[in-house]
Amino acid sequence: MIEITGLYKTFGKNPVLVDLDLAIPDRGIFAILGPNGSGKTTLIKSILGMALPNKGSILLHGKAIKNQSAYRNQIQYLPQIANFPNNLTVTELINMLKDLRNQPCSETALIERFGLQPFLKKKLATLSGGTKQKVNIVLAFMFDAPLIILDEPTTGLDPAALIKLKELIRLEKEKGKTILITTHIMQFVEEMADEIVYLLEGKMYFKGTVQQLMQNTNAPDFEHAIAAISQTTNA
Amino acid sequence: MLKILKYSFYDLIRSRWSYVYLLFYLALGFAMLYLNNDLSKAVITFMNIIIILVPLISTIFGVMYYYNAQEFTELLLAQPISRKSIFMGQYLGVGLSLTLSLVLGLGIPFISYGLTTSSAIWDFSLLLITGAFLTLIFTALAFNIAVRNDNKIRGFGYAVLMWLFMAVIYDGLFLLSLIAFEEYPLDKFSLTATLLNPIDLSRTLILLKLDISALMGYTGAIFKAFFGTGTGLVVSFAALIAWAVIPVFALIRKAGHKDF
Repeated sequence: MIEITGLYKTFGKNPVLVDLDLAIPDRGIFAILGPNGSGKTTLIKSILGMALPNKGSILLHGKAIKNQSAYRNQIQYLPQIANFPNNLTVTELINMLKDLRNQPCSETALIERFGLQPFLKKKLATLSGGTKQKVNIVLAFMFDAPLIILDEPTTGLDPAALIKLKELIRLEKEKGKTILITTHIMQFVEEMADEIVYLLEGKMYFKGTVQQLMQNTNAPDFEHAIAAISQTTNA
Repeated sequence: MLKILKYSFYDLIRSRWSYVYLLFYLALGFAMLYLNNDLSKAVITFMNIIIILVPLISTIFGVMYYYNAQEFTELLLAQPISRKSIFMGQYLGVGLSLTLSLVLGLGIPFISYGLTTSSAIWDFSLLLITGAFLTLIFTALAFNIAVRNDNKIRGFGYAVLMWLFMAVIYDGLFLLSLIAFEEYPLDKFSLTATLLNPIDLSRTLILLKLDISALMGYTGAIFKAFFGTGTGLVVSFAALIAWAVIPVFALIRKAGHKDF
Protein backbone atom coordinates (compact mmCIF):
# COMPACT_ATOMS: atom_id res chain seq x y z
CA MET A 1 0.00 0.00 0.00
CA ILE A 2 1.45 3.31 -1.09
CA GLU A 3 -0.15 6.55 0.11
CA ILE A 4 1.03 9.77 -1.44
CA THR A 5 -0.33 13.05 -0.12
CA GLY A 6 0.30 16.58 -1.29
CA LEU A 7 3.46 15.67 -3.18
CA TYR A 8 5.18 18.68 -4.65
CA LYS A 9 8.45 18.66 -6.59
CA THR A 10 10.16 21.31 -8.67
CA PHE A 11 13.36 21.14 -10.67
CA GLY A 12 14.70 24.67 -10.60
CA LYS A 13 11.65 26.81 -11.33
CA ASN A 14 9.97 24.08 -13.28
CA PRO A 15 7.19 22.34 -11.30
CA VAL A 16 7.11 18.62 -12.11
CA LEU A 17 4.73 17.27 -9.49
CA VAL A 18 2.05 19.63 -8.23
CA ASP A 19 0.15 18.68 -5.09
CA LEU A 20 -0.20 15.05 -6.13
CA ASP A 21 -2.44 12.74 -4.09
CA LEU A 22 -2.43 9.08 -4.95
CA ALA A 23 -3.21 5.85 -3.15
CA ILE A 24 -2.13 2.54 -4.61
CA PRO A 25 -3.59 -0.50 -2.88
CA ASP A 26 -1.84 -3.86 -2.51
CA ARG A 27 -2.10 -6.46 -5.28
CA GLY A 28 -2.52 -5.72 -8.92
CA ILE A 29 -0.93 -4.04 -11.89
CA PHE A 30 -1.07 -0.27 -12.03
CA ALA A 31 -0.06 1.62 -15.14
CA ILE A 32 1.19 5.18 -14.68
CA LEU A 33 0.57 7.02 -17.93
CA GLY A 34 1.02 10.53 -19.18
CA PRO A 35 2.73 12.51 -21.92
CA ASN A 36 6.49 13.12 -21.83
CA GLY A 37 7.44 15.36 -18.95
CA SER A 38 4.24 14.72 -17.01
CA GLY A 39 6.18 13.56 -13.94
CA LYS A 40 5.95 9.77 -14.20
CA THR A 41 9.62 9.07 -13.64
CA THR A 42 9.85 11.74 -10.95
CA LEU A 43 6.95 10.09 -9.15
CA ILE A 44 8.69 6.72 -9.30
CA LYS A 45 12.00 8.19 -8.20
CA SER A 46 10.26 9.90 -5.29
CA ILE A 47 8.85 6.57 -4.15
CA LEU A 48 12.36 5.13 -4.36
CA GLY A 49 13.83 8.07 -2.47
CA MET A 50 16.11 9.01 -5.37
CA ALA A 51 14.33 12.31 -5.98
CA LEU A 52 13.52 14.25 -2.83
CA PRO A 53 10.10 15.97 -2.85
CA ASN A 54 9.85 19.60 -1.77
CA LYS A 55 6.61 18.99 0.09
CA GLY A 56 4.20 16.18 0.86
CA SER A 57 4.59 12.69 2.21
CA ILE A 58 4.89 9.17 0.89
CA LEU A 59 3.92 6.27 3.10
CA LEU A 60 4.76 2.69 2.25
CA HIS A 61 2.73 0.22 4.30
CA GLY A 62 1.92 3.06 6.69
CA LYS A 63 5.51 4.17 7.27
CA ALA A 64 6.97 7.44 6.00
CA ILE A 65 9.90 6.81 3.68
CA LYS A 66 11.59 10.17 4.12
CA ASN A 67 15.32 9.81 4.90
CA GLN A 68 14.94 6.05 5.18
CA SER A 69 16.75 3.41 3.19
CA ALA A 70 15.84 0.02 4.65
CA TYR A 71 12.33 0.16 3.17
CA ARG A 72 13.84 -0.31 -0.27
CA ASN A 73 14.27 -4.02 0.42
CA GLN A 74 10.51 -4.18 -0.18
CA ILE A 75 10.93 -2.69 -3.66
CA GLN A 76 12.34 -4.07 -6.87
CA TYR A 77 13.05 -1.43 -9.47
CA LEU A 78 13.68 -1.56 -13.19
CA PRO A 79 15.21 1.73 -14.29
CA GLN A 80 14.30 3.36 -17.56
CA ILE A 81 17.75 3.30 -19.10
CA ALA A 82 19.69 0.10 -18.59
CA ASN A 83 23.12 1.48 -17.73
CA PHE A 84 25.42 -0.68 -15.71
CA PRO A 85 29.02 -0.54 -14.55
CA ASN A 86 30.66 -1.48 -17.82
CA ASN A 87 33.61 -3.53 -16.69
CA LEU A 88 31.58 -6.10 -14.75
CA THR A 89 30.26 -9.34 -16.22
CA VAL A 90 26.58 -10.28 -15.95
CA THR A 91 27.31 -12.89 -13.27
CA GLU A 92 29.41 -10.44 -11.28
CA LEU A 93 26.65 -7.85 -11.37
CA ILE A 94 24.03 -10.37 -10.23
CA ASN A 95 26.28 -11.61 -7.44
CA MET A 96 27.08 -8.09 -6.37
CA LEU A 97 23.41 -7.19 -5.99
CA LYS A 98 22.75 -10.42 -4.12
CA ASP A 99 25.59 -9.57 -1.77
CA LEU A 100 24.37 -5.99 -1.30
CA ARG A 101 20.75 -6.89 -0.63
CA ASN A 102 21.26 -10.05 1.35
CA GLN A 103 17.78 -11.32 0.52
CA PRO A 104 16.52 -14.63 -0.84
CA CYS A 105 17.09 -14.59 -4.56
CA SER A 106 16.05 -16.77 -7.49
CA GLU A 107 17.92 -15.71 -10.59
CA THR A 108 18.44 -19.09 -12.31
CA ALA A 109 14.87 -19.47 -13.56
CA LEU A 110 14.88 -15.89 -14.84
CA ILE A 111 18.16 -16.33 -16.68
CA GLU A 112 16.71 -19.39 -18.39
CA ARG A 113 13.46 -17.65 -19.16
CA PHE A 114 15.24 -14.91 -21.08
CA GLY A 115 17.93 -17.17 -22.52
CA LEU A 116 20.80 -15.25 -20.95
CA GLN A 117 23.07 -18.25 -20.23
CA PRO A 118 25.45 -17.50 -23.15
CA PHE A 119 25.96 -13.93 -21.91
CA LEU A 120 26.72 -14.63 -18.26
CA LYS A 121 30.50 -14.35 -18.59
CA LYS A 122 30.40 -11.37 -20.95
CA LYS A 123 31.08 -7.82 -19.88
CA LEU A 124 28.05 -5.57 -19.75
CA ALA A 125 29.64 -3.06 -22.11
CA THR A 126 29.61 -5.61 -24.93
CA LEU A 127 25.90 -6.48 -24.70
CA SER A 128 23.29 -5.17 -27.13
CA GLY A 129 20.54 -2.84 -25.93
CA GLY A 130 17.91 -5.58 -25.86
CA THR A 131 20.17 -8.00 -23.99
CA LYS A 132 21.01 -5.29 -21.46
CA GLN A 133 17.30 -4.77 -20.93
CA LYS A 134 16.89 -8.50 -20.31
CA VAL A 135 19.65 -8.35 -17.69
CA ASN A 136 17.87 -5.33 -16.27
CA ILE A 137 14.66 -7.37 -16.01
CA VAL A 138 16.43 -10.29 -14.32
CA LEU A 139 17.89 -7.89 -11.75
CA ALA A 140 14.49 -6.34 -11.11
CA PHE A 141 12.65 -9.64 -10.66
CA MET A 142 15.18 -11.82 -8.90
CA PHE A 143 14.32 -10.77 -5.36
CA ASP A 144 11.07 -11.48 -3.66
CA ALA A 145 9.78 -8.02 -2.73
CA PRO A 146 6.11 -7.05 -2.48
CA LEU A 147 6.38 -3.95 -4.68
CA ILE A 148 7.76 -4.00 -8.21
CA ILE A 149 8.35 -0.76 -10.11
CA LEU A 150 8.98 -0.99 -13.84
CA ASP A 151 9.97 2.15 -15.74
CA GLU A 152 9.47 1.52 -19.48
CA PRO A 153 10.07 -2.24 -19.22
CA THR A 154 9.43 -2.97 -22.90
CA THR A 155 12.25 -0.82 -24.30
CA GLY A 156 14.34 -2.74 -26.82
CA LEU A 157 12.71 -6.13 -26.27
CA ASP A 158 11.96 -8.46 -29.19
CA PRO A 159 8.41 -9.92 -29.41
CA ALA A 160 9.43 -13.25 -27.88
CA ALA A 161 11.02 -11.53 -24.88
CA LEU A 162 8.00 -9.26 -24.56
CA ILE A 163 5.69 -12.27 -24.25
CA LYS A 164 7.99 -13.72 -21.59
CA LEU A 165 7.98 -10.43 -19.72
CA LYS A 166 4.17 -10.33 -19.75
CA GLU A 167 4.02 -13.89 -18.40
CA LEU A 168 6.46 -12.93 -15.70
CA ILE A 169 4.45 -9.87 -14.67
CA ARG A 170 1.25 -11.94 -14.50
CA LEU A 171 3.02 -14.57 -12.42
CA GLU A 172 4.17 -11.94 -9.93
CA LYS A 173 0.66 -10.55 -9.75
CA GLU A 174 -0.68 -14.03 -8.90
CA LYS A 175 1.71 -14.03 -5.95
CA GLY A 176 -0.15 -10.98 -4.64
CA LYS A 177 2.42 -8.34 -5.49
CA THR A 178 1.85 -4.72 -6.42
CA ILE A 179 3.31 -3.78 -9.78
CA LEU A 180 3.71 -0.21 -11.01
CA ILE A 181 4.46 0.22 -14.69
CA THR A 182 5.12 3.27 -16.82
CA THR A 183 5.04 2.83 -20.56
CA HIS A 184 4.03 4.46 -23.80
CA ILE A 185 2.90 1.21 -25.40
CA MET A 186 -0.88 1.41 -25.04
CA GLN A 187 -1.48 -2.15 -26.17
CA PHE A 188 0.69 -3.35 -23.32
CA VAL A 189 -1.34 -1.29 -20.85
CA GLU A 190 -4.68 -2.47 -22.21
CA GLU A 191 -3.58 -6.06 -21.93
CA MET A 192 -1.89 -5.94 -18.54
CA ALA A 193 -3.12 -3.13 -16.33
CA ASP A 194 -5.84 -3.53 -13.71
CA GLU A 195 -5.97 0.18 -13.19
CA ILE A 196 -4.46 3.21 -14.84
CA VAL A 197 -3.27 6.46 -13.34
CA TYR A 198 -3.02 9.30 -15.82
CA LEU A 199 -0.69 12.14 -14.90
CA LEU A 200 -0.78 15.49 -16.61
CA GLU A 201 1.42 18.44 -15.73
CA GLY A 202 2.26 16.91 -12.41
CA LYS A 203 -1.31 16.29 -11.30
CA MET A 204 -3.44 13.19 -11.29
CA TYR A 205 -5.86 13.60 -14.15
CA PHE A 206 -7.58 10.25 -14.19
CA LYS A 207 -7.56 7.09 -12.09
CA GLY A 208 -9.64 4.04 -12.88
CA THR A 209 -9.93 1.00 -15.09
CA VAL A 210 -9.47 0.93 -18.85
CA GLN A 211 -13.24 0.41 -19.31
CA GLN A 212 -14.04 3.47 -17.20
CA LEU A 213 -11.72 5.57 -19.29
CA MET A 214 -13.28 4.36 -22.55
CA GLN A 215 -16.78 5.16 -21.23
CA ASN A 216 -15.73 8.60 -20.06
CA THR A 217 -14.23 9.55 -23.37
CA ASN A 218 -16.58 7.72 -25.77
CA ALA A 219 -13.53 6.67 -27.76
CA PRO A 220 -13.56 3.64 -30.10
CA ASP A 221 -10.47 2.09 -28.55
CA PHE A 222 -8.01 2.58 -25.72
CA GLU A 223 -5.36 4.36 -27.75
CA HIS A 224 -7.89 6.97 -28.86
CA ALA A 225 -9.21 7.29 -25.33
CA ILE A 226 -5.75 8.20 -24.08
CA ALA A 227 -5.26 10.60 -26.96
CA ALA A 228 -8.67 12.10 -26.17
CA ILE A 229 -7.87 12.92 -22.55
CA SER A 230 -4.64 14.60 -23.47
CA GLN A 231 -6.48 16.66 -26.09
CA THR A 232 -9.35 17.75 -23.83
CA THR A 233 -6.79 19.33 -21.58
CA ASN A 234 -4.96 21.07 -24.39
CA ALA A 235 -8.18 22.69 -25.62
CA MET B 1 29.39 0.88 3.52
CA LEU B 2 32.14 -1.73 3.64
CA LYS B 3 30.50 -3.65 0.80
CA ILE B 4 30.40 -0.56 -1.40
CA LEU B 5 34.00 0.16 -0.44
CA LYS B 6 34.90 -3.39 -1.40
CA TYR B 7 33.28 -3.13 -4.83
CA SER B 8 34.67 0.32 -5.62
CA PHE B 9 38.11 -0.73 -4.51
CA TYR B 10 37.94 -3.99 -6.44
CA ASP B 11 36.70 -2.15 -9.51
CA LEU B 12 39.62 0.30 -9.37
CA ILE B 13 42.25 -2.30 -8.57
CA ARG B 14 41.29 -4.02 -11.82
CA SER B 15 41.44 -0.87 -13.87
CA ARG B 16 44.48 -0.19 -16.03
CA TRP B 17 45.03 3.28 -14.60
CA SER B 18 45.78 2.05 -11.10
CA TYR B 19 48.62 -0.01 -12.55
CA VAL B 20 49.89 2.85 -14.65
CA TYR B 21 49.93 5.00 -11.52
CA LEU B 22 51.65 2.28 -9.49
CA LEU B 23 54.24 1.59 -12.20
CA PHE B 24 54.94 5.29 -12.51
CA TYR B 25 55.80 5.52 -8.82
CA LEU B 26 57.84 2.32 -8.93
CA ALA B 27 59.85 3.64 -11.86
CA LEU B 28 60.25 7.03 -10.23
CA GLY B 29 61.24 5.50 -6.90
CA PHE B 30 63.88 3.18 -8.35
CA ALA B 31 65.24 5.80 -10.74
CA MET B 32 65.55 8.47 -8.08
CA LEU B 33 67.18 6.25 -5.50
CA TYR B 34 69.55 4.29 -7.71
CA LEU B 35 70.56 6.99 -10.17
CA ASN B 36 70.99 9.62 -7.53
CA ASN B 37 73.75 9.30 -4.98
CA ASP B 38 72.55 12.10 -2.78
CA LEU B 39 69.68 10.99 -0.60
CA SER B 40 68.59 14.45 0.49
CA LYS B 41 68.38 15.56 -3.15
CA ALA B 42 66.25 12.50 -3.87
CA VAL B 43 63.94 13.45 -1.01
CA ILE B 44 63.52 16.96 -2.42
CA THR B 45 62.70 15.60 -5.85
CA PHE B 46 60.20 13.19 -4.36
CA MET B 47 58.69 16.02 -2.38
CA ASN B 48 58.24 18.23 -5.41
CA ILE B 49 56.59 15.43 -7.32
CA ILE B 50 54.36 14.36 -4.47
CA ILE B 51 53.27 17.88 -3.72
CA ILE B 52 52.27 18.75 -7.28
CA LEU B 53 51.42 15.45 -8.86
CA VAL B 54 49.55 13.64 -6.08
CA PRO B 55 46.91 16.39 -5.79
CA LEU B 56 46.55 16.55 -9.58
CA ILE B 57 46.15 12.81 -10.05
CA SER B 58 43.79 12.50 -7.07
CA THR B 59 41.65 15.35 -8.35
CA ILE B 60 41.38 13.97 -11.88
CA PHE B 61 40.86 10.40 -10.68
CA GLY B 62 38.22 11.46 -8.18
CA VAL B 63 36.20 13.45 -10.70
CA MET B 64 36.58 10.76 -13.36
CA TYR B 65 35.55 7.98 -11.02
CA TYR B 66 32.49 9.85 -9.80
CA TYR B 67 31.24 10.54 -13.31
CA ASN B 68 32.05 7.04 -14.55
CA ALA B 69 30.28 5.44 -11.62
CA GLN B 70 27.07 7.43 -12.05
CA GLU B 71 25.19 4.42 -13.41
CA PHE B 72 26.51 2.22 -10.66
CA THR B 73 25.47 4.89 -8.16
CA GLU B 74 21.93 4.97 -9.53
CA LEU B 75 21.73 1.21 -9.30
CA LEU B 76 22.85 1.42 -5.68
CA LEU B 77 20.45 4.24 -4.81
CA ALA B 78 17.49 1.97 -5.58
CA GLN B 79 18.81 -0.64 -3.13
CA PRO B 80 18.26 -0.68 0.62
CA ILE B 81 21.52 1.15 1.29
CA SER B 82 21.79 4.63 2.79
CA ARG B 83 23.24 7.43 0.69
CA LYS B 84 25.90 8.00 3.28
CA SER B 85 27.15 4.44 2.89
CA ILE B 86 27.14 4.68 -0.89
CA PHE B 87 29.17 7.87 -1.11
CA MET B 88 31.49 7.14 1.80
CA GLY B 89 32.16 3.73 0.29
CA GLN B 90 32.94 5.12 -3.13
CA TYR B 91 35.12 7.90 -1.77
CA LEU B 92 37.13 5.56 0.42
CA GLY B 93 37.41 3.08 -2.45
CA VAL B 94 39.06 5.70 -4.66
CA GLY B 95 41.09 7.34 -1.90
CA LEU B 96 42.45 4.10 -0.50
CA SER B 97 43.32 2.55 -3.85
CA LEU B 98 45.24 5.68 -4.86
CA THR B 99 46.96 5.74 -1.49
CA LEU B 100 47.86 2.09 -1.92
CA SER B 101 49.42 2.78 -5.35
CA LEU B 102 51.46 5.61 -3.87
CA VAL B 103 52.59 3.78 -0.77
CA LEU B 104 53.47 0.58 -2.64
CA GLY B 105 54.97 2.41 -5.59
CA LEU B 106 57.36 4.43 -3.45
CA GLY B 107 57.54 2.07 -0.48
CA ILE B 108 58.96 -0.88 -2.44
CA PRO B 109 61.91 1.09 -3.85
CA PHE B 110 62.53 2.63 -0.41
CA ILE B 111 62.67 -0.77 1.24
CA SER B 112 64.74 -2.40 -1.48
CA TYR B 113 67.24 0.45 -1.27
CA GLY B 114 67.62 -0.31 2.39
CA LEU B 115 66.14 2.91 3.71
CA THR B 116 64.47 1.16 6.62
CA THR B 117 67.82 0.84 8.32
CA SER B 118 69.11 4.29 7.42
CA SER B 119 68.59 7.53 9.27
CA ALA B 120 66.55 8.90 6.36
CA ILE B 121 63.65 6.60 7.21
CA TRP B 122 61.71 9.37 8.95
CA ASP B 123 62.05 11.74 6.01
CA PHE B 124 60.68 9.08 3.71
CA SER B 125 57.90 8.08 6.07
CA LEU B 126 56.87 11.70 6.27
CA LEU B 127 56.82 11.84 2.46
CA LEU B 128 54.50 8.86 2.33
CA ILE B 129 52.26 10.17 5.13
CA THR B 130 51.81 13.60 3.56
CA GLY B 131 51.31 11.92 0.16
CA ALA B 132 48.55 9.77 1.64
CA PHE B 133 46.93 12.83 3.24
CA LEU B 134 47.09 14.79 0.00
CA THR B 135 45.50 11.87 -1.87
CA LEU B 136 42.59 11.65 0.57
CA ILE B 137 42.14 15.44 0.71
CA PHE B 138 42.10 16.02 -3.03
CA THR B 139 39.94 12.98 -3.76
CA ALA B 140 37.40 14.35 -1.29
CA LEU B 141 37.55 17.82 -2.86
CA ALA B 142 37.14 16.28 -6.32
CA PHE B 143 34.09 14.29 -5.22
CA ASN B 144 32.61 17.50 -3.81
CA ILE B 145 33.04 19.27 -7.11
CA ALA B 146 31.61 16.35 -9.09
CA VAL B 147 28.56 15.91 -6.87
CA ARG B 148 27.74 19.60 -7.28
CA ASN B 149 28.12 19.64 -11.07
CA ASP B 150 26.08 17.32 -13.23
CA ASN B 151 27.77 18.78 -16.29
CA LYS B 152 30.94 16.71 -16.63
CA ILE B 153 32.90 19.25 -18.63
CA ARG B 154 32.20 21.95 -16.08
CA GLY B 155 33.02 19.57 -13.24
CA PHE B 156 36.37 18.72 -14.80
CA GLY B 157 37.07 22.38 -15.40
CA TYR B 158 36.37 23.37 -11.80
CA ALA B 159 38.44 20.45 -10.53
CA VAL B 160 41.48 21.41 -12.57
CA LEU B 161 41.04 25.05 -11.55
CA MET B 162 40.86 24.01 -7.92
CA TRP B 163 44.14 22.12 -8.28
CA LEU B 164 45.76 25.01 -10.13
CA PHE B 165 44.64 27.41 -7.42
CA MET B 166 45.96 25.27 -4.56
CA ALA B 167 49.21 24.27 -6.26
CA VAL B 168 50.19 27.48 -8.03
CA ILE B 169 47.94 30.52 -7.69
CA TYR B 170 47.70 30.36 -3.90
CA ASP B 171 51.47 30.61 -3.58
CA GLY B 172 51.52 33.51 -5.99
CA LEU B 173 48.92 35.41 -4.00
CA PHE B 174 50.71 34.52 -0.80
CA LEU B 175 54.00 35.93 -2.10
CA LEU B 176 52.32 39.04 -3.49
CA SER B 177 50.70 39.74 -0.15
CA LEU B 178 54.03 39.24 1.62
CA ILE B 179 55.59 41.82 -0.67
CA ALA B 180 52.67 44.22 -0.43
CA PHE B 181 52.61 44.15 3.36
CA GLU B 182 56.32 43.76 3.99
CA GLU B 183 56.34 46.66 6.43
CA TYR B 184 54.11 44.78 8.85
CA PRO B 185 54.89 41.77 11.00
CA LEU B 186 53.78 38.86 8.89
CA ASP B 187 54.82 35.80 10.84
CA LYS B 188 51.31 35.02 12.14
CA PHE B 189 49.84 35.69 8.72
CA SER B 190 52.27 33.44 6.89
CA LEU B 191 51.87 30.64 9.41
CA THR B 192 48.08 30.80 9.06
CA ALA B 193 48.26 31.03 5.28
CA THR B 194 50.44 27.94 5.24
CA LEU B 195 48.07 26.02 7.45
CA LEU B 196 45.16 26.93 5.18
CA ASN B 197 46.57 25.21 2.10
CA PRO B 198 47.27 21.48 2.39
CA ILE B 199 49.90 21.62 -0.37
CA ASP B 200 51.90 24.38 1.33
CA LEU B 201 51.47 22.71 4.66
CA SER B 202 52.87 19.42 3.35
CA ARG B 203 55.78 21.17 1.69
CA THR B 204 56.63 23.06 4.85
CA LEU B 205 56.44 19.95 6.98
CA ILE B 206 58.83 18.06 4.71
CA LEU B 207 61.28 20.93 4.22
CA LEU B 208 61.56 21.53 7.94
CA LYS B 209 62.13 17.86 8.53
CA LEU B 210 65.08 18.03 6.13
CA ASP B 211 66.95 20.58 8.25
CA ILE B 212 67.46 22.90 5.34
CA SER B 213 65.27 25.55 6.93
CA ALA B 214 68.41 27.53 7.67
CA LEU B 215 68.45 28.32 3.97
CA MET B 216 65.07 29.98 4.30
CA GLY B 217 66.24 32.89 6.43
CA TYR B 218 64.16 34.60 9.06
CA THR B 219 60.84 33.09 7.95
CA GLY B 220 62.45 29.68 8.03
CA ALA B 221 63.48 30.30 11.59
CA ILE B 222 59.96 31.31 12.58
CA PHE B 223 58.51 28.29 10.79
CA LYS B 224 61.04 26.05 12.44
CA ALA B 225 60.14 27.53 15.81
CA PHE B 226 56.48 26.75 15.17
CA PHE B 227 56.37 23.56 13.09
CA GLY B 228 59.44 22.06 14.71
CA THR B 229 57.82 21.93 18.13
CA GLY B 230 55.40 19.33 19.40
CA THR B 231 52.53 21.83 19.33
CA GLY B 232 53.36 22.82 15.78
CA LEU B 233 53.39 19.23 14.63
CA VAL B 234 50.08 18.52 16.34
CA VAL B 235 48.53 21.65 14.84
CA SER B 236 49.80 20.79 11.36
CA PHE B 237 48.48 17.27 11.47
CA ALA B 238 45.22 18.54 12.92
CA ALA B 239 45.01 20.90 9.93
CA LEU B 240 45.66 18.05 7.49
CA ILE B 241 43.05 15.90 9.20
CA ALA B 242 40.56 18.78 9.09
CA TRP B 243 41.30 19.17 5.38
CA ALA B 244 40.50 15.49 4.89
CA VAL B 245 37.43 15.31 7.13
CA ILE B 246 35.55 18.54 6.34
CA PRO B 247 35.18 17.86 2.58
CA VAL B 248 33.92 14.35 3.38
CA PHE B 249 31.21 15.82 5.59
CA ALA B 250 30.33 18.33 2.90
CA LEU B 251 30.12 15.50 0.39
CA ILE B 252 27.80 13.41 2.55
CA ARG B 253 25.63 16.44 3.25
CA LYS B 254 25.33 17.43 -0.39
CA ALA B 255 24.71 13.85 -1.55
CA GLY B 256 21.95 13.52 1.04
CA HIS B 257 20.07 16.47 -0.45
CA LYS B 258 20.54 15.74 -4.13
CA ASP B 259 18.04 14.40 -6.67
CA PHE B 260 19.25 11.52 -8.79
